[in-house]
Amino acid sequence: MIGKLNLKHLPLLVTIGLFILMYGLGAYLYDGFLNPQVFLNLFIDNSFLCVTAVGMTFVIISGGIDLSVGSVIALTTMVSAHLLEVSHWNPAAVIVLVLVIGACLGCLMGLLIHYFELAPFIVTLAGMFLARGLCYLISINSIAITNPFYTQVSQYRISLPGDTFISINVIIFFVVVAAGIYLAHYTRFGRTVYAIGGSEQSAVLMGLPVARTKVLIYTLSGFCSAVAGVVFTFYMLSGYGLHAIGMEMDAIAAVVIGGTLLTGGVGTVIGTMFGVLILGTIQTLIVFQGTLSSWWTKIVIGILLFLFCLLQRLFERGKGHKIQAALGQHKALPIQRV
Amino acid sequence: MNPPAPSLLRRVTGAKLFWPVLALALMLLFNLAYSPGFFHIEIKDGHLYGSLIDILNRAAPLMLISIGLTLVIATSGIDISVGAVVAISGALVAMLIGGTLVLKGNVQEYVTLVPMPVAILAALAVSAAAGLWNGFLVSRIGMQPIVATLILIVAGRGAAQLITGGQIITIYYKPYFFIGNGFLLGLPFSLYIVLAVLLLTVLLARGTALGLFIEAIGINPRACRMAGINAKNLLLCVYTFCAVCAGVAGLIVCSNVKSADGNNAGLFFELDAILAVVLGGTAMTGGKFYLVGSVVGALIIQTLTTTIYSIGVPPEITLVVKAFVVFLVMMFQSGTFRRTVFGSWGKRVAKP
Repeated sequence: MIGKLNLKHLPLLVTIGLFILMYGLGAYLYDGFLNPQVFLNLFIDNSFLCVTAVGMTFVIISGGIDLSVGSVIALTTMVSAHLLEVSHWNPAAVIVLVLVIGACLGCLMGLLIHYFELAPFIVTLAGMFLARGLCYLISINSIAITNPFYTQVSQYRISLPGDTFISINVIIFFVVVAAGIYLAHYTRFGRTVYAIGGSEQSAVLMGLPVARTKVLIYTLSGFCSAVAGVVFTFYMLSGYGLHAIGMEMDAIAAVVIGGTLLTGGVGTVIGTMFGVLILGTIQTLIVFQGTLSSWWTKIVIGILLFLFCLLQRLFERGKGHKIQAALGQHKALPIQRV
Repeated sequence: MNPPAPSLLRRVTGAKLFWPVLALALMLLFNLAYSPGFFHIEIKDGHLYGSLIDILNRAAPLMLISIGLTLVIATSGIDISVGAVVAISGALVAMLIGGTLVLKGNVQEYVTLVPMPVAILAALAVSAAAGLWNGFLVSRIGMQPIVATLILIVAGRGAAQLITGGQIITIYYKPYFFIGNGFLLGLPFSLYIVLAVLLLTVLLARGTALGLFIEAIGINPRACRMAGINAKNLLLCVYTFCAVCAGVAGLIVCSNVKSADGNNAGLFFELDAILAVVLGGTAMTGGKFYLVGSVVGALIIQTLTTTIYSIGVPPEITLVVKAFVVFLVMMFQSGTFRRTVFGSWGKRVAKP
């Protein structure tokens, strides 16, 4: 039993171990890496990525993929900037509206994916086109945000002991991660997501609300991207159609490095958070190194992604054989042992 | 594996090609009505000029990538790294050719860092290596194609930017411009490249059993292996071929704009290419492919873009229009949708 438990948590342990190792490496190599503010900056600079990645985690656990997240972030910044600066809306109304837009886009894609049995990959690809295109329809130029509420939130610093600080985005980061953990592990919705990822057919046969859950998963992902968009707007204080290009790849990378299997059924939200922190650490390491160009970040992320996919394959093969032997089936049973 | 009778095969191909060609014709007809000068072709300095020629020239990279991607999709795989390969190939060729102004006596001459054929071969070799890598991950490690190529999409752009040093490299070597801007017998040179690749692919795929093998992998890889087809090596070849196509497209793009931009070259190409393949009648689920259909699909996309430019709608709208086209095509490819909307007619179409 303990052996099984360890096997299940192995990817997560590898991820956390890797994070500690990388951070330790930085601390060993560079003075000032252990400065608490450097650690907190990981959260400040990657809050939007983590918020998106939490939504993506649910999608990938269910066996799907969402390529539209980067564009939805861009759309959110663009709509916010336009409404604030050109139409002079109330910031609260703007935030509510962009969250609704994100959720609606996600819901629409979920409906198409479930009811017309289309591949999630191509539907969200079209969603990506659509959201980017809508950005350009609003404006092809960058719109700077000067709204007092937004600038105040953006510049607000919450002081922590030891002369350090965090931004409001970090609070949102932790709220979203906590909500994600709760949703994934302590609700009926979360368990259904895991069940769908394990085997959709079995989930249907068990009488689980597959249709509703699948639509909700994409709605959640769209909503998370919109929240990430709001966080990104606070971070950048501008709206631009070219914001967050390639963010979907970073989010997927974070989820995979966080130990979620791309075939679905296995994964954790907390792992995703560590995945994001690993990506952030790579970036910080390269900044501290100084002479390497920032392009190395992408290459290192690519290599990590490859290693984790390889690990997943080995893991899957081992698991597949065992269960295949036990049940004469191909896919693992979805439900976690409760 | 019983290949259907040739007459039936030809009829199905004809029917499949009918819709993309009709869409293209309708779009051209719309242009004829809207901008009368659209079909006007004139001869300047022995070259043909006009909107139609322009569409053909600009669609060349997309057509090439679509040809490669069609084969990948036929094996029920996907290659989303083609845009990154375009960027790498362009960056490499630009860096190797470079070109500096040298004064020889009173004559200004441009010299390359390495001879042009070497640079081109190097770019194609690196593209092939990228494809081999994708194919290796898919066929030997057994990764899902989307994941395997995702790795290259993340690392590939980083590599391209590393080659260009994060800057846009401008090429100053005239002979190289011929690939993307030159004319041969009045037609753009890039078009001949596309035709050559298309002919070669069609001959290989339809003239030999290779096409059938590829379709067999898409339908049932396991049965395919039982039938004695070396699916692993074939997959390796298909992904390599797709990447080489993307590499050639990278050369054309790079030559056309006379520079290489690791960040933006080939951005969203993978999406356009997938759209072209799907428009051409090849289903994402694999098992059947239509090479000419994909080329027509690429032409549809370029015509759409050109049309949007020529009728004065802001070009930014292109993305939105493409999104709706993808949605529509997807819906019509979905058997469920056709059954829901068209009742029994859909059923008949769904199972031909």
